[in-house]
Amino acid sequence: MLDIRGVSKSYGARQVLSDVNFTVADGRMTGFVGANGAGKTTTMRIILGVLTADAGTVLIDGTPVTASDRRRFGYMPEERGLYPKMKVAEQLVYLARLHGLSPASAQRNTTDLLDQLGLGERRNDLVEALSLGNQQRAQIAAALVHDPEFLVLDEPFSGLDPIAVETVMTVLAGYAAGGAPVLFSSHQLDIVERLCDDLVIIGDGSIRAAGSREQLREDHTSPRFEIQTLGDAGWMRDLPGIDVVDFDGGWAVFEAETDAASQHVLAQAVSRGPVTAFTRQRPSLATIFKEVVQ
Amino acid sequence: MTDRVTPPSPAAGNNDPERTSTGSISTGSISTELHAAAHHVGRRVHTAPTLGQSVWLVASREIIVRLRSKAFLISTGILLLISVASVVVGGIAGQNATLPKVAVVGNAAMVVDQTQAFDTIAVDTQAAAEALVRDGTVTAAVVPAEGDSSPLDVTVIALDTPPTEVLTALSVSPALQLLEQGAPNGGLAYLVAIGFGLVFLMSAVTFGSTIAQSVVEEKQTRIVEILMSTISVRALLAGKVLGNSIMAFGQIVAIGLLVSLGMAVTGQQALLGDVGPAIIWFGVFFAFGFVLLAALYAATASMVSRQEDVGSATAPVMVLVMIPYFLVIFFNDNPAVLAVMSYIPFSAPVGMPMRIFLDSALWWEPLVSLAILLVSTGIVIVLGARIYANSLLRMGARVPLREALKR
Repeated sequence: MLDIRGVSKSYGARQVLSDVNFTVADGRMTGFVGANGAGKTTTMRIILGVLTADAGTVLIDGTPVTASDRRRFGYMPEERGLYPKMKVAEQLVYLARLHGLSPASAQRNTTDLLDQLGLGERRNDLVEALSLGNQQRAQIAAALVHDPEFLVLDEPFSGLDPIAVETVMTVLAGYAAGGAPVLFSSHQLDIVERLCDDLVIIGDGSIRAAGSREQLREDHTSPRFEIQTLGDAGWMRDLPGIDVVDFDGGWAVFEAETDAASQHVLAQAVSRGPVTAFTRQRPSLATIFKEVVQ
Repeated sequence: MTDRVTPPSPAAGNNDPERTSTGSISTGSISTELHAAAHHVGRRVHTAPTLGQSVWLVASREIIVRLRSKAFLISTGILLLISVASVVVGGIAGQNATLPKVAVVGNAAMVVDQTQAFDTIAVDTQAAAEALVRDGTVTAAVVPAEGDSSPLDVTVIALDTPPTEVLTALSVSPALQLLEQGAPNGGLAYLVAIGFGLVFLMSAVTFGSTIAQSVVEEKQTRIVEILMSTISVRALLAGKVLGNSIMAFGQIVAIGLLVSLGMAVTGQQALLGDVGPAIIWFGVFFAFGFVLLAALYAATASMVSRQEDVGSATAPVMVLVMIPYFLVIFFNDNPAVLAVMSYIPFSAPVGMPMRIFLDSALWWEPLVSLAILLVSTGIVIVLGARIYANSLLRMGARVPLREALKR
């Protein structure tokens, strides 16, 4: 478990992070979202020890993280980079060895990872000879080659084609399923929505919301329901405690004052004929994000 | 810390049940229940490499990259070739230096041969000898003396001016005692000065700019952030400096060995005896002097973000490298300048060996100078590491020195 406790950072007079607190739990994919310049990259750099915080600490299972702990992190910086004139496999082996792997396991991990990411045939190509998408895959491999126990990935999906996005999602989910805390930032809110278990929303250097995705949604859900029946839905407007927002033939969107009122609508509808859909309208992540950040 | 087992990494293969069950994420989100089930999986202890291991990994990467560079191999080859060629050509030229030709008549041949300073042509008569002098075939003729007028048994015949070389060689000199040992001759000193100066300049500039480029390459390609998150900045800097210093020192040793070998093979043992100790000291001073320069090159280069700016950023260091070169060439006959040079860390690698060659340094002087060099190298490394650490993540405009130096 990764705990970020009261982290603050300023550059000169400009406060970039103020009292940032959140937790990345074991086995949870934690999405980290925020506008450009909100402080995501700075936070991640502080977690990795690339930057030092002015105040606050980063804890692993309750113990402050040390320099040698940081070798157990898989880090993908926002600014991508590998040695352009080094072969892909050679480079990964080098990075794995810097993290403390033996030459043999560095080789083995590199081979397996490149195969899994679909770069097996490119292992002996120079990085600069790869297409941008493949460079991005190599970059992800660089973050994973040493069997990290924690993943901190800054925008791991940017620049990937849809197939590569799926590949990377699978790989990351595999890590989380294995019990690793995974923190990743992304501007692609649809991906975050699909992938993350927990969500941390940052705005102007402070945490605006943090918690499980379901809980966040619950907190931001209005009592609004959508129903699809086969008959005409006009009768709903006359029910007490119900405010029909929109309707069209058998389809309607309404707000209910109480849960009982909404259930009453459903019961009525079923007694009148077949109901093909009845859902509570839930806000998308994009909606929540806008609400929280503004 | 609890005992840790590695998470099923992507490298763990596809038969992992947990991974297979997460294959559905492409069509929906992963259920939280799955994570709850996977939660108990522990992790393994990563054995962090020691500082030394990290430094050596970085250093060996630097060396391997350098050895693969065609440009590096070619330029090193040319430098080695020039060094050997200059020794061999010098040797051959020395051997072919023509002895003055003299014509000898009769018993005079014995006197002349004793000096071994002449190429002799034996003729029968004095008239034949004079003819050779007149047509310029010989510088002078040496004939048996007539009567007792000469203390020597021979008379030297020349055309219109006294042949100084011949007279000197045949003269009897009184015993000579020098109160102070004189310097080797000026021409040779000049050549040795150029040799040390040039080799120092070439090696320092070649490997200095290599390390500067390597620093900026890591910054420009942004891989530096991954490196910084893995190993300490000090290990990174130390590895780069060590790797390039080994290469530079290797080149110096190769040049030194080839030059010494060349002198031995071409029969210049006497010269080798004079230059040898200076070459060894040069190697020792260079080893530490280059570490100092390498740290400076790395630190100054880290303040900029693009290869185009490396030149201007490292220009001050370049000046520090070039000054000793010009000083030793212009002032190799000026003991005061050389003495000062031999104690200043930047010029000591050239100045001190030069003084050792000229025999003007007392035995303890190289040691004191070396101590000064070591201390300054230590200070520069500490300051350089600070500049390096403060500048690595600053992209874009050049980092002002004051900000780079702050703690």
